[in-house]
Parts: sequence; structure tokens; C-alpha cells
Amino acid sequence: MYKDVLRSIDGIEIFPILSLIIFVLFFTVLMIYILKVDKKFISDMKDLPLKDNDCLTSKTPL
Amino acid sequence: MALETFQYDNRIVRNFAIATMIWGVIGMLVGVIVAFQLAFPNWLGGLHMEYTAFGRIRPLHTNAVIFAFVGNGIFMGVYYSLQRLCKARMFSDLLGKLHFWGWQLIIVSAVITLPLGLTSSKEYAELEWPIDIAITLIWVVFGINMFGTIFKRRERHMYVAIWFYIATFITVAVLHLVNSFSIPVTFMKSYSWYAGVQDALVQWWYGHNAVAFFLTTPYLGLMYYFLPKIAGRPVYSYRLSIIHFWALIFLYIWAGPHHLLYTSLPDWAQSLGVVFSIMLIAPSWGGMINGLLTLRGAWDKVREDVRLKFMVVAITAYGMATFEGPMLSLKNVNAIAHFTDWIVAHVHVGALGWNGFLTFGILYWLVPKIFRTELFSEKLANIHFWLGTLGILFYAIPMYWAGFTQGSMWAEVTPTGQLMYPNFLNTVTNLIPMYAMRGFGGLLYLSGAIIMLYNLTKTMLQGNLLVNEEAQAPALTNDVHKGKHWHSWIEMRPIQMLVFSLIVILIGTVIEIIPTFLVESNVKTISSVKPYSPLELQGRDLYIKEGCNNCHSQMIRPFRAETMRYGEYSKAGEFVYDHPFLWGSKRTGPDLAREGVLNPNSGWHYRHMFDPRSESPGSIMPSYPWLISNTLDNSSLEAKISAMQTLGVPYAEGYEKQALADLEAQAAKIVSELEADGIKNAKADKEIIALIAYLQRLGTDIMVKDNE
Repeated sequence: MYKDVLRSIDGIEIFPILSLIIFVLFFTVLMIYILKVDKKFISDMKDLPLKDNDCLTSKTPL
Repeated sequence: MALETFQYDNRIVRNFAIATMIWGVIGMLVGVIVAFQLAFPNWLGGLHMEYTAFGRIRPLHTNAVIFAFVGNGIFMGVYYSLQRLCKARMFSDLLGKLHFWGWQLIIVSAVITLPLGLTSSKEYAELEWPIDIAITLIWVVFGINMFGTIFKRRERHMYVAIWFYIATFITVAVLHLVNSFSIPVTFMKSYSWYAGVQDALVQWWYGHNAVAFFLTTPYLGLMYYFLPKIAGRPVYSYRLSIIHFWALIFLYIWAGPHHLLYTSLPDWAQSLGVVFSIMLIAPSWGGMINGLLTLRGAWDKVREDVRLKFMVVAITAYGMATFEGPMLSLKNVNAIAHFTDWIVAHVHVGALGWNGFLTFGILYWLVPKIFRTELFSEKLANIHFWLGTLGILFYAIPMYWAGFTQGSMWAEVTPTGQLMYPNFLNTVTNLIPMYAMRGFGGLLYLSGAIIMLYNLTKTMLQGNLLVNEEAQAPALTNDVHKGKHWHSWIEMRPIQMLVFSLIVILIGTVIEIIPTFLVESNVKTISSVKPYSPLELQGRDLYIKEGCNNCHSQMIRPFRAETMRYGEYSKAGEFVYDHPFLWGSKRTGPDLAREGVLNPNSGWHYRHMFDPRSESPGSIMPSYPWLISNTLDNSSLEAKISAMQTLGVPYAEGYEKQALADLEAQAAKIVSELEADGIKNAKADKEIIALIAYLQRLGTDIMVKDNE
């Protein structure tokens, strides 16, 4: 029954294809970015939470 | 560059910290009560008074834990970490106060309205429309305060935790607005805009992503800030955290339909939900591994530092729950697990382990820090850790056992093809020892939380809150974006980040929901399916008010064992007038989709609602004597029929004027049936009559006449 219902929607066949394209594109772009990103930037970002100076005013050790 | 001096606001952080602790204890206490209501239904009448019956306070438990405990936990962590990551004070102290008190007021209104039975019935979105509007307003206040802070930041880049906060903000806003769409009937009553299959899809798109974007993404943001902070070392891989973020928010939004496997939801949507659920393992485990490997070379610290112990168990629980979730979405596993306590075990590994323990870890670190003192007692904190861990085990293991037992017993057939346990009660009475053990586990966990409340109260009393914490940082100059990598276009700009996150979550939403809405206009309506009669509609509203859907499903899956037990499986066309849908997600009691076919006897329902054990010995259902004494309120009947007409339910024009007369006629008929059955004192104007009418109607539409 669902197959009939789906067939009656105009352009339904585009949905799975569209999904696949979006999916592949999204992760390709993400991977390219990750591989190309600057190393220094990454290490700066990593240290960001540790750089704030709130420990100066606290008695508890880090 | 000149250093600027500014102050972090610690008061707002403290306020949210106190709120999360107190609401946590209250939410867990209600949880323990509902757990024991199932284990000991006879003890003190199971504490099932009108305002404390299981169906009414189970949603109170889930709402309190999700929105009060975890909600305040999120805000505590965000207000602390955002200021430090942005090197700026929160945008506005006033908005912070408004946010804090507004949120607490919303929680209080939930604590009042849910026991009163004022509910929309949609899981984790039970609150009625005026409260929904208040939530929207306060959420916007939070958003302005958060973005205001990000705009005036002194740190060039936004750390990954902030990305998680931004995605949380925008997605929760979208989810809340779409799912809460309803038509108000009275001040505290509304009908969902959607019906049947669409309502179910929207609800579980919401329900699933509320888990994703309220219980997961904000807590991942907190993990990425507080874990490095507490361990004193940077996150294992920042690259991995970028992948974690984008992959998670992209994939999560598609997985909602896995809550509706084997239901009347179209197959393609179910399959989409399964596929994306499986893919979700990758980013989730990437995140878990990133968290655990942050502690590489620091495991000696974990042995000594109770905060890190909490963190490690939390991250491990996150890993377990996010592995189990995709497994549960496999159709063959789901066939056994769905509607059983297995799901309850699954969510509690997430709630108790991931959310609970991460909150505790942060609290033990943060409270002494902003109060400039040591933790009052490390020993008590360690006791809390072990009570909590044991509590999780005592909770989860019996529930897994119960779920698997019940799922198997439902499906088991004899060699001659009959149901092995045709009486549903056989499967229930088997679970009671497991329910008792689960209650004990909850009690252990609650005791731990109470010890924490004591420990941290003492810590606060022995210290002094540093209300305004001074800090210094150079101002942000304007030329920062030149010559940067293209991704910095997003990375440095909060609005781009917001828009891009929104696009990413909308892709899945649109592809999933739009075809289903188009399908609706194409589904062959079943000609014999008619709108509810006025009395049935009133009965349905009582069903919602009492929260019957928390224990009874109305969705017969197309399995042989289910059709043998409950009758013809449920069709999408049967629910077209159901605003809201009432498929349920748990079968503590049997399915009621065809109750009107299986059990149309008025007298049975009357006696059963008065005392379930008189008709079903061993039943753990609450008694509902107030339904027999309460008079049915018909004052809004006209408005209800009109609202339904607005939603497209085909009542004849002007029918609202005739509705009351029809209602009275049907009630009189049921009363005469009751009299014939020996119940002489039944009155036609009582609530019970409407509920019986509704139960008698359930599932009869396509059974009376020929169905297609």
C-alpha cells in the first residue's frame, strides 16, 4: 500500500538520491577540511580551556 | 596590545548549581516513588491518589529530571564555561536573572499542572500551551544572553564547546516550536495540530532529538570544556572533536523514526531511521574515545580524583548508551525490546550515567572553585560515587532482564501455534521482583545525590562566593579574519555557525517530514473510520488527563503474536482524527488499540477502573475511584468540537450545538448497560461513563464493517 502512496507523490524518486548526494558531499567536505586544517590552529584551540586565568583566584588545584 | 580587565559573573553559575542539585533530588525522589508504585501496587494503595497516580507523576519524573535537573545543569555549565572561553562577562546580568527565575517558574508550573492532569500527552512535551509559550520566551532570553556574550568576546576563535551550545540553542528552538504546534481550547487544554501518523512522526522526531540536543549536545560541550579543565590536559584530538560535532548534529536528526518501527509509519521512513541510527555509532564513539583518551597518561589521577571518576563513568555510560541505541534500532532487536522495560533501562544508562555523573563531576569541581575553598569532604564524595555506580547497576540490570523477559514472553507460542502466555498479567507478575530491585537501585542513586547536596551545602557554607571574578585579556582587534582558512568564515562567527547548524539539522528534518505530510493527503481514508462521538471525545481527554498512554500502547504491530493477542494490526488510516496520537511507547499494561473489540463490556470496565484487582487478580494498575465520583465537565465541549472542526475533523456544520444532547444520549445508554450488569448506582454524568465510551470505541471502526 505504501508503495502506491509513495508513487503518487510527484518527484518522490529524487528524495533518496538527494539524501545520498547531500550525505556524501557533507562528509567529503568535512574530511577535506579536517585534513587540511592548520596544525598550529588545532593546538591553539586545544589549549583554549586551559588558558583562562580563573585558577589564579582559586585555592583548589587544577 | 592593552590588557582589558573585566569580571566573570559567578553568582548566576551558583544559582543554577543550587537549582540543579535541588531539582535533581526532587526529580529522582519522584522517580523512586513511581518505581515502587509498580513494585508494590497494594502498599498504601500504591500511593495512587488522584494527584499522585502513576500516570500523572511518571511524566512529572521525566520532566523534572530532563528539564529541571539536566536543564539547570546545562545552564550552570554554559554560564561558567562560556564566560571563560569568550574571556568576557555574560552579556547581561539582568537577562541572566530573568533566565534563571523564568526557568524555575516554568518548572514550578510543571510541578503543579502535571499532577492536576493538565497535559498534552506528548512525551517530554507534556506541558500545556501557556507553559510552552513561556518556555519559548525564556529560551530566547537565554539565546540573546549567550550570543551577546559571544559577540563581545575577547577570544578570536570559538572553542568546540561553544559550537555545541549554539547547535543546542537553535535545534531545541526548532524542535519545541514544531512539536508544540497546537490549537488551544481552554486556558489549559489544547489539541495537537497534527493527527495520527504525522503527529507520531513529529513527536518522535522531537522526542529523539530532545535526547540528542538537550541531553547530549550541551553535555558534550560541557565535556569538552570541563574534562580538560579537571584533568589539567587538553582534549585528545581537536580534529576529532570537529568531526564529532558536525557528524553528530548531521546524523542525529534523521534517526527519530526508529522509535516507530513496525508501527503504521511508512516503511521508507522507518528504514531511514534505522540506517542513520547505525551511522550514529561513529561520531558518538568518536566522542567517547576522544573523552577517554584525554585522560591518557593521567589515569593515576583518576584513581585519586573523585571528579575524574565521575567523568570516566559518565563518558563510558555515554559510549554504552550510544552503542545500544543503534542496536535497539535494528528491527529484529526492536521487535523484542520495544514497549518493554529494556527501553527504560537504556534511557537510564544515559540519564543516570551520562547526564547524572557528568553533572556531579562538574559540581564537585565547580562549587569549591567559585566559593574559593576546598570540598567539604572528599570521603563523602567518594561514597556518593560508589552509591551512584551501584545504583546504576541495580537499576539497569533488573530492567534489562525484565525487558528481555517480557518481550520474549509476549512473542512465545506453543508448538501448536497458540500464545504461550495469552493472559498479559502472566508477563507482568513475573517482573515485580525486578521492579522492586530497580526501585532499590534508584534509592541508592538518590541517597548519593542527597549526600552530595549535604556535602556541597557544607562546602558553600565554609567558603565565600567570589561573586565577581576578575580576569584580564587583550581586546579583540578587527583584522583577525584576513588571510585565514575558509572554514574560519564559520568558525569565528557565531551567526554563521548558527545558520550553518540550522541548515544541517533542517536537511534531515525536511527530507523526513515533508513526504510524510504529503502522504497524508494521499492516504486512502478508510470510509468506516468516523470522528469520535462527543462522549468518546470527552473520554479520550480523560484518558490523556490520567496519562493512560504512559502504560498502554494503542499500536498493534504486524506480528503474529501481536495479532493473536490483540487482533488486526493497526492501520495508518485509523488514526486520521487522533489529535494527538496516543500510540504510547511502553506496555506496562496491555495494548488497547482494539479494546472496544476485545472487551466491550461496560460493567467490566466500571468494576475494573474502581478496583483493577477485582477483575484482573495480580494487576499493578492504580484504582481510579475518583472517575466514579467526579462529574464530567462539559463546559468546554462546544469549544472542543469547534477546535476539532478547525483541525479538519469532519463534524457536520453546527454540530457543536447538538453535541451535548448526543453525549447525554450515549451516556444514558451506557448507564442502562451498567444497570443490566447489576451496577445500580452508576450515574450518567460521571467521568467514568465517558471513559467507558472511549474504551468501547477503540479499534472498532474497521472491524464493524468491511475494511477495504
